[in-house]
Amino acid sequence: MRTCAERPSFMHQCRTRSAALAAGLLAAGVLFAAPAVAGKKTDTLGMAYDQAPESVDPYFNNVRIGVIIAANVWDTLLYRDPVTQEYKGQLAKSWKQIDDRTLEFELRQGVRFHNGEEFDADSVVYTLNFVADPNNQAVTQQNVKWIDKVEKRGKYTVRVISKEPFPAAKDYLATTLAIHPAKYYKEVGPKGMNAKPVGSGPYKVVDYQPGKSITLEKFADYFKDSPRTQPKIGKVRIRFIPDRQTQMAEVMSGGEDFIMHVPKDQADRLQALPNLQVLSGNTMRIVFMQMNTLDGAPQPEFKDIRVRKAIAHAIDREAIIKNIVGGGAEVINTICTPSQVGCTHDGATVYKYDPALSRKLLAEAGYPNGFSTEILAYRERNQTEAIINYLQAVGIKARLNFLQYAAMRDLVRANKASLVHQTWGSNLVNDVSASTPVYYGFGTDDITHDAKVRELLDKGDHTIDPKARNEIYKKALVSISESAYSVPLWSLPVYYVASKEVAFKPYSDELVRFWEMSWK
Amino acid sequence: MLFYIFKRLALALLVALTVSILAYLLVFLSGDPALALAGEGARQADIDMVRKTYGLDRPLVVQYASWLWKLLHGQLGMSVYFKTEVGPLVFDKLKTTLLLGVYSLVVALLISVPLGVLAALYKNSWIDRSCLAVAVLGQALPNFFFALLLIMLFSISLHWLPVSGSDSWQHFVMPSIALGYYAAPAFMRLIRAGMIEVLEADYIRTARAKGLPPATVIFKHALRNAIVPVVALAAVQLGFLLGGSVVVETIFALDGLGYLAYQSITYKDFPVMQIIVLLLSVIYVLLTLASDIANAWLDPRIRVA
Repeated sequence: MRTCAERPSFMHQCRTRSAALAAGLLAAGVLFAAPAVAGKKTDTLGMAYDQAPESVDPYFNNVRIGVIIAANVWDTLLYRDPVTQEYKGQLAKSWKQIDDRTLEFELRQGVRFHNGEEFDADSVVYTLNFVADPNNQAVTQQNVKWIDKVEKRGKYTVRVISKEPFPAAKDYLATTLAIHPAKYYKEVGPKGMNAKPVGSGPYKVVDYQPGKSITLEKFADYFKDSPRTQPKIGKVRIRFIPDRQTQMAEVMSGGEDFIMHVPKDQADRLQALPNLQVLSGNTMRIVFMQMNTLDGAPQPEFKDIRVRKAIAHAIDREAIIKNIVGGGAEVINTICTPSQVGCTHDGATVYKYDPALSRKLLAEAGYPNGFSTEILAYRERNQTEAIINYLQAVGIKARLNFLQYAAMRDLVRANKASLVHQTWGSNLVNDVSASTPVYYGFGTDDITHDAKVRELLDKGDHTIDPKARNEIYKKALVSISESAYSVPLWSLPVYYVASKEVAFKPYSDELVRFWEMSWK
Repeated sequence: MLFYIFKRLALALLVALTVSILAYLLVFLSGDPALALAGEGARQADIDMVRKTYGLDRPLVVQYASWLWKLLHGQLGMSVYFKTEVGPLVFDKLKTTLLLGVYSLVVALLISVPLGVLAALYKNSWIDRSCLAVAVLGQALPNFFFALLLIMLFSISLHWLPVSGSDSWQHFVMPSIALGYYAAPAFMRLIRAGMIEVLEADYIRTARAKGLPPATVIFKHALRNAIVPVVALAAVQLGFLLGGSVVVETIFALDGLGYLAYQSITYKDFPVMQIIVLLLSVIYVLLTLASDIANAWLDPRIRVA
């Protein structure tokens, strides 16, 4: 082995190399800035979230954090009060229904965007017509595809015209349809909007590093007539930390002030720490079990209504909520989110936990010793496992097939599913048309195909009169529950862990309203 | 020597080409990318559109060839998730990962050199065995678990270091220890073996006979010679550390290539995944090549073989 000592020239090389290495390390150290500290002292709320949005432009992402950022940085025409669910004017001053397909909005004057551009009819017309054009490929087409066109009727008057009568229009206009500054959006497009986001909301984006962090700052000129309160906390810095354990370590050590989607067992433990508070809230995501009754389904057992009822009676939903799902969750009896317009439990058949009745029904159906089946699931595995135990107790042996969502969906769509532990979040739309029809409207995720139910849902989706509409949906929901096509289980709660210095109130739409938050 | 370098270079090129094929194909092993891209609630029509938009309906060979062709022309493609050019996205993160790699290497050497020297000096004694045990523990501990232990100690109990991020040098301390400790045993064994060999050499006996203090003999004469093979290993280990940073970067939310790799896997962002795998492999190949050439330069016997 040749060595440094044996070859003087290499010896020299050894020295310079290590010197260069040391210099490089020193230089690297100098490159860093001091880390920004979150907390009350610096008036900066530090939030950690596991997923980075693909784009900050609200129309080009479909992740929760994107919705949260959008709600804080942009305004919508309408505002839905999270407690009373009542609509108020946000960028619109007033509105009226012109006909089945047309809504007219009188817009607010004197509102300015973060870049100083003035808000008027052009902002609404350009934004909504741009995103409604399928060529522009807005990510969640469901949010925009109902729009036929938006017309300017004056500097502060616009008309939104839907392709068909669309009763849920106001809900979309109050949640997902953010208004961009027309001139700026025309100039930079979605790509530029992502690089340098500009809205009119209570917070403006001051720094954005894709995949790493986004920093918001209180918009001092936020319009005073907004139904939202004026922002109080000076800065909000959201960092994208993929690992849940790391997020928890951050709030435990005081590095960050706020995290969400903490699993129940971990939240229970964090509750014990003196510097942290744990809050739980309901969400729009419902959990239920689908049973495949289509022709050619792998298991004919589910075609028998007695078997489906037996399964519904076998599961103790209250006990599972209490022990596993956690506070904030509630039992549901129909396949829709209780807060959704048109969703009701009235008249629905409630299947009480009754294992004896369940066994009796199975025996009547010809399965006194139960049967074996497969259950598909993709999230909240501990809940699926609890369900499997309850099924086992009445003689149904369910094998768990735990998959990625896309893979599970493939099996369902290929008619290869029997029992499915399903969840649905309605993309936050607070209208029943975003939930029940997905599973009973003969779409690709419908494994029931009941023509009567479909007809009712279809009628409901296009009826404008709210009372008549609710009646129609009620009939559909009652019919589904009588036939026991699905087992409605519960709504999913969400746990937030925050520093005790933060005043925060959770709402059922899982939206974090920074503008309402303050320091204690 | 030139012929030798040429030969190694050709081999490295072949390896890189093979890796590019693997990098391209691996994505398809995890399932149909079009399905994953379409997301929750997508209808068949959406999925078909995605398939067409991304050209996933063409034969695999055609897809690969067109990808490679664009790659050779400097077009790395667009990130499916972030909707930006893959090139800037990836190279932006490379700096952080390189820093982490170098820091980890330093940590690995700081751990392995003293342990290796100590083990060699007291060879086959209980000290030797304990040094080995300390070093091997690093390799035996899964680094995600070790990382959490570090966080609990330094961030939550002592409040000395920030848990995660990449804004200051403090942010790199724990990730470098977590990653470097894992790489230490290989160095330690090499140093121990090298030292044992060197310590028995004639010139060390001469140095001792001259009456030089033991510390001078050990560090100035023996260690300097024993450490040369470590330089070659360091190049290879650096490549290994760069590739092994996925878990560590993800845990510490260190905004580097590993973190981006994790994100792109989660979001099925296959153009980014492919480029990262390819880039890390090419770096590895280059470092190995550099190490080969350095070795050959040091030892002419290798050149002939």
